Amino acid sequence: MADLSTDFLGIQSPNPFWLASAPPTDKLINVIRALDAGWGGVVWKTLGSQVKNVSSRYSSVNYGGKRMMGFNNIELISDRPLHLNLREITEVVKRYPDRAMIVSLMADNDRASWHTLIQQCEDAGAMGFELNFGCPHGMTERGMGAAVGQDPEIAKMVVEWVMEKATIPVITKLTPNVHSVVPTARASVEGGTNALSLINTIQSVTGVDLDTFVPNPYVAGRSVYGGYCGPAVKPIALKMLTTVAQDPLTSTVPISGIGGISTWRDAVEFMLLGASTVQLCTAVMTHGFRIIEDLCEGMSNWMDEKGFAHTRDFVGKSVPMITHWEDLDINYHHVAHINPDKCIHCGLCYIACEDTSHQSIRLDRGNPYNTYTIIEEECVGCNLCQLVCPVADCISMVEQRVSPEYVNWKEWQRRGLPLNDH
Amino acid sequence: MGIVSNRLSEAAYAENFADIHPPFETVDAVLVEANRCLFCYDAPCTKLCPTSIDVPKFIKQIASGNVRGSAHTILSANIMGAGCSKVCPVEKLCEGACVFNLMHEAPINIARLQRYSTEKALAERWPLFERKPSTGKKVAIVGAGPAGLSCAHTLAREGVDVTIFERQPKGGGLMTYGIAAYKVTPEFCEEEVQYILSIGGITIVYEQTLGQNLSLETLQQQYDAVYLAFGVGQARRLNIPGEELEGVVDALTFIYTLRAEGYAAVPVGDRVAVIGMGMTAIDAATQARRLGASEVTLVYRRTQDEMPCTEHELDIAKLDGCQIIWLAAPKEVLGDGTGNVTQLVCEHMQLGAPDASGRRSPQPTGQTFVLDVDMVIKAAGQEPFTTLVNNLALDQQQGRVAVAEQTRTNRSGVFAGGDCVNGGREVVDAVQAGKDGAAAILTYLL
Repeated sequence: MADLSTDFLGIQSPNPFWLASAPPTDKLINVIRALDAGWGGVVWKTLGSQVKNVSSRYSSVNYGGKRMMGFNNIELISDRPLHLNLREITEVVKRYPDRAMIVSLMADNDRASWHTLIQQCEDAGAMGFELNFGCPHGMTERGMGAAVGQDPEIAKMVVEWVMEKATIPVITKLTPNVHSVVPTARASVEGGTNALSLINTIQSVTGVDLDTFVPNPYVAGRSVYGGYCGPAVKPIALKMLTTVAQDPLTSTVPISGIGGISTWRDAVEFMLLGASTVQLCTAVMTHGFRIIEDLCEGMSNWMDEKGFAHTRDFVGKSVPMITHWEDLDINYHHVAHINPDKCIHCGLCYIACEDTSHQSIRLDRGNPYNTYTIIEEECVGCNLCQLVCPVADCISMVEQRVSPEYVNWKEWQRRGLPLNDH
Repeated sequence: MGIVSNRLSEAAYAENFADIHPPFETVDAVLVEANRCLFCYDAPCTKLCPTSIDVPKFIKQIASGNVRGSAHTILSANIMGAGCSKVCPVEKLCEGACVFNLMHEAPINIARLQRYSTEKALAERWPLFERKPSTGKKVAIVGAGPAGLSCAHTLAREGVDVTIFERQPKGGGLMTYGIAAYKVTPEFCEEEVQYILSIGGITIVYEQTLGQNLSLETLQQQYDAVYLAFGVGQARRLNIPGEELEGVVDALTFIYTLRAEGYAAVPVGDRVAVIGMGMTAIDAATQARRLGASEVTLVYRRTQDEMPCTEHELDIAKLDGCQIIWLAAPKEVLGDGTGNVTQLVCEHMQLGAPDASGRRSPQPTGQTFVLDVDMVIKAAGQEPFTTLVNNLALDQQQGRVAVAEQTRTNRSGVFAGGDCVNGGREVVDAVQAGKDGAAAILTYLL
């Protein structure tokens, strides 16, 4: 049985699954339910300035009949009184000393406010802090949240204020609403942060009501940009995570991965690309805390299958495999193969290739079932047919190297090898 | 008890004849099913539809919320798409070809999705088609069944003025008069006919019978072209002793009475034998049960491998408690001397070499058995209107109107299609025949 326990800067948790700072972690009743269900820890919903929320707050993107492929919110940081939050944090820590209790912070923009808040939270029993430099709506207008995370200089300054005071580990949470997360990540590490987490939500408009013409979510006939998350953002989060995991400076601190994680598979992917722990929110807002069971069991079974005793044994394992385009091996080539015994004759591979790719699939008409075969000499190995095929393992990509030698783009140019495939 | 009508209560009739394939209950259910469709290219379902409805397109239109567009996709290929969604043997057509069958998954419920869009179109009378400006051409159509209506609608869209001459007091043909009531109600058929007529330019004159109060010569004189779609007649004769007894009825007359006069008006026996194993035989047998017959036996001279009905239809009969005797042919109907049927004598058959239909032929064994029955329903195929076809001086093949390429008959400007040409097939085949006829007429006229 694999060991899922995690030590993140000395903060222990029985598994790497934390609940992200969000509505599910904004009060005792939810957090107790989550920890009872088996979650490894929580990042308590951001404390700081006093705010007022609006109604409604959420909207989503459905796709192909599936709901909540993407999720969007315009909710602000905790709108509950600070003393109540602190009292409840103390109680949770007392009842669940074995779980991670990180408190998310977003104080007013001055050193004294940060210092006061840090003291209050440490007194309440927080085990670590997560600095909210990422909230993309509501707080940015006041120079907080993403407004801090989007400016490396300001971010560094605020991290320095925090590090002057904090006696427990500090994680800086990064906003994705930048051309690259690396500058702010570096600035935060230079400012002394102990760890990084990413991504926060992405600014978005999820859709427009075609009857009222009002975009979502609806607030009295108007709307605002919201923060986008859920399964749709996972690939963006993985890319941003990789850039931080590969940077020589930012890779020196541990990372907590966030962004569209729904299953243990997603979590493993984040960890392979450098996250030591992961944080979830949309998945529990869709299905409740009970999903922790399969998150743990699935990861554990996978680790047993792969021979990993501990999560640290595979964290970061895939980071070196993402390289620069110019370092890819141009002599590598594979072509599609359609297994005729598995083919259901839906023609999806054919029409995708014929209309939008390289006309590499031959169609022999039949009634009612056509036969489809790959024209290997035309196939560039793009994967499109395999991606659209609805049958598992029907289309496989078979390696057919052009030559055994590894030759990348730089070398290709140096040797003056021919260009233009078609 | 013998052959009597009014066997059951109103409530029992209503329950027995309730919709056998009920529609989706909610839009959510529709969307779950629509989203399951893979959107195949050159889709097998479309290829096996005689009218070539673009099935993946109409299903994706439902999924995208473009229900009006989906109804247009269906009805522009098959103007009786609503009725066909209820009566088509989809298990051997679109749904039978669905690629999910090859994954051993349930096929997409195409008929039910088609019903969803088209019923909305009919109920709300969506004006999905616009007539082109009048061409000044006039076409007469004989028969307001699926072939005639489909031909008329296609012509009307192209600006031709159409007059349909119909033998019955209502349009729809066998859709209205010849199909089990638990599939389509007479009210629905009426609504479908009205929807087809709503395009304008089509007039139906009822109770006009070719060869009686209507002459082909007059039609040829008064119209620019004539389309014959008068269908087929009564059930094939058994040519056995006792066939003239009162309790021996024709399946189409039996179903006609049920649909024209209501359930309570149909006389039905206690113990009924139905001869044949086509769709009409099943419709007659199941409805005899549903009208209150205590025992219904289907008698078929070949085996399940050769039967014309689908497995699905056979299952309906079995679930209704009908007995089935394979490899048996009727030999004689016995009576009590006062005209009542008492027994059906049958002969055991065995399969011999394939016949002209390609199916193994039934061969007599000489061994007989007797069924105690008080009613015999004949449903072993329908007789073409041979006499009429001869009187009209039309070339014919075994009583069916013979057509050359493009549905032309030997008489100039006279075209024909549907059951009167093919001898009796599905509604959907007749709809396609009507489209083909209209195309040929347009080429001829314009």
